[in-house]
Amino acid sequence: MPDEDPKRAAYRALVDRVLNGAGRAPAELRAGAFGNAGLPPPLDVLIGKVATRPAQVTDGDFAAAKAAGFSEDQIFELVVSAAVGQSARLYDSGLAALAEATAGGEAG
Amino acid sequence: MRLDILNRGHGPGTKVLFALIRVFSGHPVPDAARLVFYRPGFYGARAKEFTHEAMRGPSAWSVADRELMAAFVSKVNESAFCVGAHSATAGQAYQDGVKVRAVLTDLESAPVEEGLRATLRMLGKLTREGKVGAEDVRDVLSAGVSPRQVQDALAVCAAFNTTDRLADAFGFQLLSPEGYEAGAKYLLKRGYR
Repeated sequence: MPDEDPKRAAYRALVDRVLNGAGRAPAELRAGAFGNAGLPPPLDVLIGKVATRPAQVTDGDFAAAKAAGFSEDQIFELVVSAAVGQSARLYDSGLAALAEATAGGEAG
Repeated sequence: MRLDILNRGHGPGTKVLFALIRVFSGHPVPDAARLVFYRPGFYGARAKEFTHEAMRGPSAWSVADRELMAAFVSKVNESAFCVGAHSATAGQAYQDGVKVRAVLTDLESAPVEEGLRATLRMLGKLTREGKVGAEDVRDVLSAGVSPRQVQDALAVCAAFNTTDRLADAFGFQLLSPEGYEAGAKYLLKRGYR
């Protein structure tokens, strides 16, 4: 594997901020959105769509989250967390496949 | 956009900046900019840094190739705003909009070199299915692409899988063809920072 990758480092900084930095939504909910797991309805519907079929998100999904008592700032953070989380899984999968494909050989 | 804070919640300094952009560019501020300027400490600042590194940082891929990857990933995600923005940017960077349209219409018959085609194929599978395996990467490497280039392409893929999701979830307003071309010119001159 190639050594220090500044692109990967910049991505880690984004992931760390979204998950562990200060926010209006509790860190636990941001982690749930990031992992697309363990969220209460109706958040689970909105976040599930952001993670797996974003083109199908509707105004109604946002309205339902607001009606459940979440503020716009909290919804903003949770949607960002979900988008970053899904991308992180793709990135990790690709890098793991690259590591396996180049294992034992000279790379980089 | 679906959240009022992203349309109207920016600080006074940012609102002045947006007004100036409107006046000097002759185009409304794209929603992509409204997003990264909203509470940049939470998302925008680090997102811009990462996207700039992926799209403009050192790489054996050209800027045009990376913009094409961004357009291609966005096409797989059916993210209309990002397809428009990055097709225009790739088209200007290659000075060949026909080639970009050909790749987005049918990757297998498009006039691109095999390493790039194999890389786009892998990014498409990763975006569609959520994972790839070592055999998918070996196909790319055997087309003459280096491991570092695979790594760099995965960074582009991560950046645009994030941006596409936010564009569609928040409901970015589509631009006119002239708006996308103006945005492309800006992205090629200034990058993503």
